[in-house]
Amino acid sequence: MKIKKILGTVLSLAIAASMFSACGAKPDSDSGETTAAADGGAPAASTSGELIKVGIINNDPNESGYRTANDKDMKDTFTEANGYKASFAYSLKNDEQIAAAQKFVQDEVDYLLISAAGTSGWDSVLKDAQAAGIKVILFDRTIDADDSLYEASIVSDMAQEGQTAVDWLISQNLSEYKIVHIQGVMGGAPQIGRTGALEAQVAANDNWSFVTQQTAEWNAETAQQIVQSVIDSGESFNVVYAENDDMAKGAVAALDKANISHGVGKDVIIMGFDCNKWALEELLAGNWNYDGQCNPFQASYIHDIIQNLEKGTAPSEKVIIMEEQGFDATKITKEDIEKYGI
Amino acid sequence: MKTLEKPVQQHQKPTGKDGGSFIKSLVRNQIFIPIAALLILVIFNLVADPSFFAITLSQNSAGYPILSGNLINILDNASELVILAIGMTLVTSASGGQDISVGAAIALSGSVVLRVLCGTESRPETLQAPIIVAFLVCCLVAMIFGAFNGALVAYFKIQPMVATLILFTAGRSIAAWINNNELPIISEASFGYFGNFIPGIPVPTPIFIAVLCMIIIALVLRFTKLGLFTQSVGINSESSRLNGINPEFIKFITYVILGLCVAIAGFIKVSRFSTINYSVVAKDIEMDAILAVALGGNALSGGKFNMAASVLGAYVIQFLTTTLFKFNVISSALPAYKAVVVIILVVLSAPIVRDKIAAVRKKLSAPRTAVKEANR
Repeated sequence: MKIKKILGTVLSLAIAASMFSACGAKPDSDSGETTAAADGGAPAASTSGELIKVGIINNDPNESGYRTANDKDMKDTFTEANGYKASFAYSLKNDEQIAAAQKFVQDEVDYLLISAAGTSGWDSVLKDAQAAGIKVILFDRTIDADDSLYEASIVSDMAQEGQTAVDWLISQNLSEYKIVHIQGVMGGAPQIGRTGALEAQVAANDNWSFVTQQTAEWNAETAQQIVQSVIDSGESFNVVYAENDDMAKGAVAALDKANISHGVGKDVIIMGFDCNKWALEELLAGNWNYDGQCNPFQASYIHDIIQNLEKGTAPSEKVIIMEEQGFDATKITKEDIEKYGI
Repeated sequence: MKTLEKPVQQHQKPTGKDGGSFIKSLVRNQIFIPIAALLILVIFNLVADPSFFAITLSQNSAGYPILSGNLINILDNASELVILAIGMTLVTSASGGQDISVGAAIALSGSVVLRVLCGTESRPETLQAPIIVAFLVCCLVAMIFGAFNGALVAYFKIQPMVATLILFTAGRSIAAWINNNELPIISEASFGYFGNFIPGIPVPTPIFIAVLCMIIIALVLRFTKLGLFTQSVGINSESSRLNGINPEFIKFITYVILGLCVAIAGFIKVSRFSTINYSVVAKDIEMDAILAVALGGNALSGGKFNMAASVLGAYVIQFLTTTLFKFNVISSALPAYKAVVVIILVVLSAPIVRDKIAAVRKKLSAPRTAVKEANR
């Protein structure tokens, strides 16, 4: 009896496995390669005579749309056609990332590109890299290490993102700003940066006020519940400042339910961040008013730096802050969506 | 101990027809804790702002009539949690442990729904398959994953929390992988009916789905031996085996049932916004589901359970969440408020505390009964 049951289980597992292949998810050949590389597949050094070897350590591309776009950008830039031989390693855990970095140092890559999961613990591996003559470039995230250990750090300035959005909101010249502020997960850099500018503006101006200020933890559904509860309490508001697109979407769903108009020239101004393609389309349709960019495209910056380093010129500044813009629904074009949407 | 107490209690029932013993039996009843918690929340809101309970019939932006108000929102948003609590109660009862992978499994089953509906495109103009097919495939996949968990727990005797840790860790990545890391969006309006409103019907659809699930589980518990068998397996799996029950199979089947609950909850979740975000959808819902079971006064170590109490526990959690939103609690302090309330509720529902309370009540009422006896 028992054996039969176990057999049954094994069978159902087999069905589960075949279901997946039936679902048509093609095995991602890229990620297949990359895990092998991270696990220490020895690079074929002989073939890469003139190619620049780069080891790229990134966070898991599933983490968010931002990361997916970031990873794609890296893969599109560091190709053999552009003169690179790239190996990738992914992890959301700092210690695994450091282990992968050590592997890359042993493999004697020319450049080590790191988007660190955590800020600490990187000193020793970066010193090893320096000793081995490997140049390190940080992207997206900074670390707590002496800046002599890396060549450059290419980052977003989250506080600037918030400031750009708030400046845009000021330019709308409303007589009164009654804001529903929906925050991301508390304590993260995007939340702190995007909240900071708005809080400062509200504190400094009498006609700016928060109707509510709560965290929806990047979750559309929670954002919807928060806005619903504001609507049910009967308080009026004219701005929804959501710290990412998903939460803005949740807020809009609640407004639609209550028949409150939103968008260009309507009752409530909708603001989001991250520039997802679908969000920019909402902008183009006039349903939202503003979307702030969080630029995931660091690869071209890194490419320039590497090319210059190869020629012997170091970047003039260690910390390079990427250009990030905010999109206004009245000015956005289809080309913008294609170019900046993630 | 329990069996000894029971006849005594039953013996007391017919003799004392006065109010005191009614309250006593109510306090003794498992469902008392979630009801009391709900009452406290209701009274608190009533005192603070009676408009909390206002329900209005208005039109949404598409021009259809809909009911709105905090109560409707609570019932609506608690739906997934209620459905999960049903499955989680059975799993808890039979295996004496909890499935912590339900949040990840919801992401997974939601991803399957979108995959079937979208086919190979991530933004299809038309649906690539009927919605019912997507739902059935999603049920099948979720039940297979439930079976996977169940097999590990029942046949390989792995601790439920450890067994389900596998899917808890891997589930969201698998969910992303099913859709090639893309975030599909479904433009077909009828798909959104299941998580929002059916045009013309002013009550949110998830409420109907949750009620339907409650009716089904009530009928199943009433007309089959499922409830009896799960409880006996949970109380003593060896003696139930000696009585002809197959404890492994009962444990296994509760995980499969939870899988079905996950599929329904996942379907509602993706329908709400016609899309999915793998990393945040149904985040931490497993903890809320376990909490619902605990609030219902069910022992997390398995054995006896009260389904109605669990369901009520789920509504209490959503009531609390909505109340905290309503009172505009500062974001960084929100978890602390929730934690304080949860600690109070869980401590109150602990058997030791309840026995103490019952003992105190007995002492207080003892003189009165003595007087009554004397008068007789």
